[in-house]
Amino acid sequence: MSFPAAARVSLADAQLRRNLGKATSLIREKRLRAVAEVPDWEALRAAGEAIKASAMARLPEVLEQLEQSVTAAGGVVHWARDGAEANAIVAGIARANGTDEVIKVKSLATDEIGLNEALERDGIRAIETDLAELIVQLAGDRQSHILVPAIHKNRAEIRALFERTIASGESLGDGAAAIAEAARRHLRAKFLSVPVAVSGANFGVAETGTVVVVESEGNGRMCVTLPRVLVTVMGIEKVLPAWRDLEVFLQLLPRSSTAERMNPYTSLWTGVTAGDGPREFHLVLLDNGRTRVLADEVGRAALHCIRCSACLNVCPVYERVGGQAYESVYPGPIGAILTPQLRGLDAAPSLPWASTLCGACYEVCPVKIDIPSILIHLRGRVVREQKSALSPEALAMKAMAAAFGSRRRYEAAQRLARLGRGPLAKAALPGWTAMRDLPEPPKETFREWWKRRQG
Amino acid sequence: MSGGSAAKADILAAVRAALGPAPAVPGVPRDYRVAGTLQPDVELFAERVAEYRASVHRVSAAELPAKLAELARGRTGIPPGSGYDGVEDHAMTVGELDALDTVITGCALAIADTGTIVLDGGAASGRRALTLVPDHHICIVHADQIVASVPDAIATLDPHTPLTFVSGPSATSDIELDRVEGVHGPRELDVVIVG
Repeated sequence: MSFPAAARVSLADAQLRRNLGKATSLIREKRLRAVAEVPDWEALRAAGEAIKASAMARLPEVLEQLEQSVTAAGGVVHWARDGAEANAIVAGIARANGTDEVIKVKSLATDEIGLNEALERDGIRAIETDLAELIVQLAGDRQSHILVPAIHKNRAEIRALFERTIASGESLGDGAAAIAEAARRHLRAKFLSVPVAVSGANFGVAETGTVVVVESEGNGRMCVTLPRVLVTVMGIEKVLPAWRDLEVFLQLLPRSSTAERMNPYTSLWTGVTAGDGPREFHLVLLDNGRTRVLADEVGRAALHCIRCSACLNVCPVYERVGGQAYESVYPGPIGAILTPQLRGLDAAPSLPWASTLCGACYEVCPVKIDIPSILIHLRGRVVREQKSALSPEALAMKAMAAAFGSRRRYEAAQRLARLGRGPLAKAALPGWTAMRDLPEPPKETFREWWKRRQG
Repeated sequence: MSGGSAAKADILAAVRAALGPAPAVPGVPRDYRVAGTLQPDVELFAERVAEYRASVHRVSAAELPAKLAELARGRTGIPPGSGYDGVEDHAMTVGELDALDTVITGCALAIADTGTIVLDGGAASGRRALTLVPDHHICIVHADQIVASVPDAIATLDPHTPLTFVSGPSATSDIELDRVEGVHGPRELDVVIVG
């Protein structure tokens, strides 16, 4: 479904718009406070932008360094050209460890490649352990926000869902704490027994081979600590050159995403450690369209994204249509520039128009991605590369060229315009006249007046 | 693994083709407050930990044993050789860890600016599972372990140890984007500042 069609569905859902409006306005205020108390915020943003740009410019070198560092620390590195290859690698590791269940930490990369569905086809069940992902999984729903995938559901809806599923026969009451408690009881046995976990990565440090997962609930700690085997699927754009670079991103990310000074838990591990945590660590480096994004000199800055979701929370379009209208796991302004580039412009040609170009996303982006400029650039590319020659605009231009080509046709067209305005023009130009008035053609053109005076 | 190395070669070739022959590498301006800029502030640390709804206690070295006895409840786990009152973790099974009510550990360092404690899997912190499975964590922070900022912490920590940054008890923002304490990690966090 295209963005305009999907947006129409979301806009008709008043409950969804209320839930989104409440959550995003709350987080906007909190983020402003969290950022205002950091006097060097702009300097951190500038550093974050430059670190990412420098990592992308040196990507072959830093990726090979990352592979060497992880291998030296006892990990195994795999490379996957696309989602199917990455899914096959993860399934192979699960099978080699004789398990038909894996526990998962919330990861956009694995959502992007449909890992859960691929594992299921191989007879392996992927258990989402993040509360919001669990809500989405139990409801058979889709994610609607990068950080809070179930933001479109309010507390009462989540409570009702849990009372139908993992806490059936219980009454959870109105408190959010009881909902969290139900999730804790439901997943605890899995954490303590499932031998293979799958995670994403917020950052991977080339210099040291350190992988970083930033989270809140402790499900991430459980997954990266307790199972015998840990598999991390990481997009190649998540690599940072130096250990020191973390001092920038561990300040930028929490304040931009949950608007906290620091998120409850951040786990950093380097390969395997004897007597502490998994005995096997696999890092799957994923391309899946990222090198295609890199080839666009303007659009490649979309790869700098650290998935904080600040741009979603300030976007007037996102606030009204919600995340599910964006046709991908990457919603909001960042999704509007990332999805068409990852999948190809022909796969999501309407997304670069899912914006008012108000610029709020650029102002809050912790790595200064100029989303409005990239949107305009992609609109140009869609028009040049993708738009069918049969679009109303292209047809109108062709007709104009024909009319201006001869005096007889031009004068005939002017007469026709007077007759054809109204229902006829509206039927011919549906997109154009929905939002605009068609100007009234004059009763008499200059040429007609001149002829009459002479005659 | 010939399939794997072919994938690597293809991806790196695609990256090189995308970047062109001589991509410009920008320098990184580090005009932010780097390590050593700020002075550590014990008061600020105590205040910011408390804002996460962790309980903060300040004691002298002499008062520490009595404070630990007061806070610990039920079966208590401790890192081997730490000398606190409890059962030493000599590769306990997850079942044994799950049977603990409380765990008492030290830490690698703490960050005043963000109210964060950092565990590094060393002798003071214990291995990661020990501070994860029990529902109640008592963490001892010596005042001289507090650094000012995140850059100070990154400059001090060893990346080759398994690190956990802990800022308050387990929480979630998944229900209406509001922080609610208590999901999978320890739901109760006592931070005892010594000195």
